[in-house]
Amino acid sequence: MTSGVLAADTLPGDSKDDERPKWDNKFQYILSCIGFAVGLGNIWRFPYLCQTYGGGAFLVPYFVALIFEGIPLFHIELAIGQRLRKGSIGVWSTISPYLKGVGIGCFFVSFLVSLYYNTILMWVLWYFLNSFQSPLPWSFCPPNENKTGLVEECQLSNTVNYFWYRQTLNIAADINESGTPQWWLVMCLVACWTIVYICVIRGIESTGKAIYFTALFPYLVLTIFLIRGLTLPGATEGLIYLFTPNVSMLQNPRVWLDAATQIFFSLSLAFGGHIAYSSYNPPKNDCEKDAVTIALVNSMTSLYASIAVFSVLGFKATNDYWACMDRNIISIINEFDFPDQSIQREDYLACFTHLNSTQSDRMAQLQLKSCHLQDFLDKSASGTGLAFIVFTEVMVHMPGSPGWAVLFFGMLFSLGLTSMFGNMEGVLTPILDMQILPKSVPKELITAVTCLISCLFALCFTLQSGNYWLEIFDNYAASLNLLIFAFFEVIGVSYVYGLKRFCDDVEWMTGRRPNIYWQVTWKIISPLLLLTIFVSYIILLILKQPMYGSWNPQYDDFPIKQEKFYPGWVQVITVMLSLLPCIWIPGIAIFQLITRKKGKGKNSWPAPDGKNPVNL
Amino acid sequence: MLVALFPTLSLVTVIHAQLCQPDAENAFKVRLSLKTALGDKAYAWNRNEEYLFKAMVAFSLRTFSNKETIEISNVLLCNITKRVSFWFVVTDPSKNQTLPASEVQEAIRMNRNRINNAFFLNDQTLEFLEIPTTLGPPTEPSTPIWIIIFGVVFSLVVVGIVLLIMSGIHKQRRKSKALTETGDVEDKYETVVTIENGIPCDTLDSKEGRINRAFAADGEKLTSL
Repeated sequence: MTSGVLAADTLPGDSKDDERPKWDNKFQYILSCIGFAVGLGNIWRFPYLCQTYGGGAFLVPYFVALIFEGIPLFHIELAIGQRLRKGSIGVWSTISPYLKGVGIGCFFVSFLVSLYYNTILMWVLWYFLNSFQSPLPWSFCPPNENKTGLVEECQLSNTVNYFWYRQTLNIAADINESGTPQWWLVMCLVACWTIVYICVIRGIESTGKAIYFTALFPYLVLTIFLIRGLTLPGATEGLIYLFTPNVSMLQNPRVWLDAATQIFFSLSLAFGGHIAYSSYNPPKNDCEKDAVTIALVNSMTSLYASIAVFSVLGFKATNDYWACMDRNIISIINEFDFPDQSIQREDYLACFTHLNSTQSDRMAQLQLKSCHLQDFLDKSASGTGLAFIVFTEVMVHMPGSPGWAVLFFGMLFSLGLTSMFGNMEGVLTPILDMQILPKSVPKELITAVTCLISCLFALCFTLQSGNYWLEIFDNYAASLNLLIFAFFEVIGVSYVYGLKRFCDDVEWMTGRRPNIYWQVTWKIISPLLLLTIFVSYIILLILKQPMYGSWNPQYDDFPIKQEKFYPGWVQVITVMLSLLPCIWIPGIAIFQLITRKKGKGKNSWPAPDGKNPVNL
Repeated sequence: MLVALFPTLSLVTVIHAQLCQPDAENAFKVRLSLKTALGDKAYAWNRNEEYLFKAMVAFSLRTFSNKETIEISNVLLCNITKRVSFWFVVTDPSKNQTLPASEVQEAIRMNRNRINNAFFLNDQTLEFLEIPTTLGPPTEPSTPIWIIIFGVVFSLVVVGIVLLIMSGIHKQRRKSKALTETGDVEDKYETVVTIENGIPCDTLDSKEGRINRAFAADGEKLTSL
């Protein structure tokens, strides 16, 4: 059956091959895909999940999800992009005009995600710029206005929290209080979008050059941190804690759900970015090998990063434990007037029990907090909390702090930047493919306008309530929609385009037919998995109350965050954000149905010159 | 006379002992952490160091209140522990009372730096309990460092963008120039080889060619359908 191959030869887009940009070499393409997949989540989400869900045992659901969901979906994206040589909108309208909505939805999601992702980069840039000084600005509390003491907010919480919530975000106590845009954040935002612009200015011609640095630099820094982390005291405790498997955790269905969603978001599926990247490939390229390679590199990077992160976190826990003991020792020495430094950390426990038995009333007066290393190791953090609060505190205690801070935030910036390239390609490639603008408009101008519009929209994140809005975007704008789009991707390719036709195309491109593993996962397993994840996700979202934690210095239990409900208008905007991308799927499908019915209706009468009715 | 001296001396020491006691009126507790501050180079706390301390306190009071009459013997130390910690009071030379706490506090605050330096200690390792420290103003440069680095990074990026855009425009102009040039070359090429059968083709300008009247007449002889 060669009909598939013949049909493949005559697909649109082949004639315009010479005009379409190309990768300089295969390595650039692989690096770009790896850079897009490897992002901030590999550093600050995967280690947290590993720690929370029973250490080494988490790797089991993680790899199961990788094999049955991540790699098959990834292969589909690379294959359709490479075959149909268009961005997401073009690809889906080629597969079926009714599925054009999937492409438009992916385009919208890429746009929304690039808005808030670059905001995170803005914060990273701010910290990076502030790392070039010693002592680091988040290591001390500033004095208050009348110079009688330190700022109260800083004393009640701690220095890193104060720097993050007050000196960086200047956060409002409530999402209703929008406040004003913070000028230092606006400057960093403009700088971030300018940096993104200079890299994306000519599409893959420019990102292809930038990627050599931005994709490889994080690995260098991770290695440096790994070596430094392993030599710090307490690193081994952290690593043992991370990887000790707790197999009973596997019975909790939440673990499997989080593993599946982590694989899904980690590989940056359903954004349209990978489709855009592979559309610039030569048609005969082994996309199967690429898919497996890139997915495995992404997972290995997550593991590598978690080793580095956890050796540093082990050091932090040990440091905190020692600080706790030292505080207690000082209290005891001061109370009983023992000589300075007479109690060492090793003798603390013995001394403590002895004193408790002999002088229990005086000891009770001291109100000593008990110190256990396990408690400090249990304190986990993910996301911005890990980077801007936990890690910044650790780096204060490492000798040569400014250097480590510069390296760390430089690494985070590179990681985020390569992911931004993929997001922007997911936005720019469909715009350029749809050719809504005349050819005389240079690509540089289109890119500039896109970056400018995104920058203006992102200004709302520089408001004092910006962090609360970012959490909303993070939780609601992307996750659900991506799951829907991925589901339609698999269904669209397996059933609408036809699995047989697709396998013929892949055979034409790679030279070998996809084996039974691919066919079974594409046809049955991945759609089922995605459906299950989607339903569980919806159930969890409905069960979770729409609350947020606000940083309120007036709160009684400060520095614990005050839990507040989202006001009505915020909930409306949240629902709109979740629906806006995926509403295009039914919208476009219905639109196509109507236009086709109208077209058929017109040609049901014979034409006046006796010719046959034209089949539209 | 010696017999008369003895009760006076003992009376004085008793009075002094009563003036300097833990939690006495106008008394302050001092705490030193020598090992924490100096490690191996820590000196031992002995009577000579106590003498220096008394001297520093007396000096502070002299400079603060301009009372030239305060002597080292007016500063009383008591309850010295191995911690090292002790209590001290300052007696008024004219009366048999202690100086008010506020005066002593202000004097110590004014000269805190010099007292610290005399013992190679700082505010955390030489603690006067209940005397708050005056925080020095933070040393901030006139322009924060982050703005300087921001300026460097931003100007580099803007210069890069301008260069890229200009090179793009330059490329476009060269491309369009090359296109018009190849267009001229092709025209020249055509004007060279356009003579066939001895007839120069450029005479046949019209696309439809020339009307050959010899054939035109034939068409009229045929009957129309």
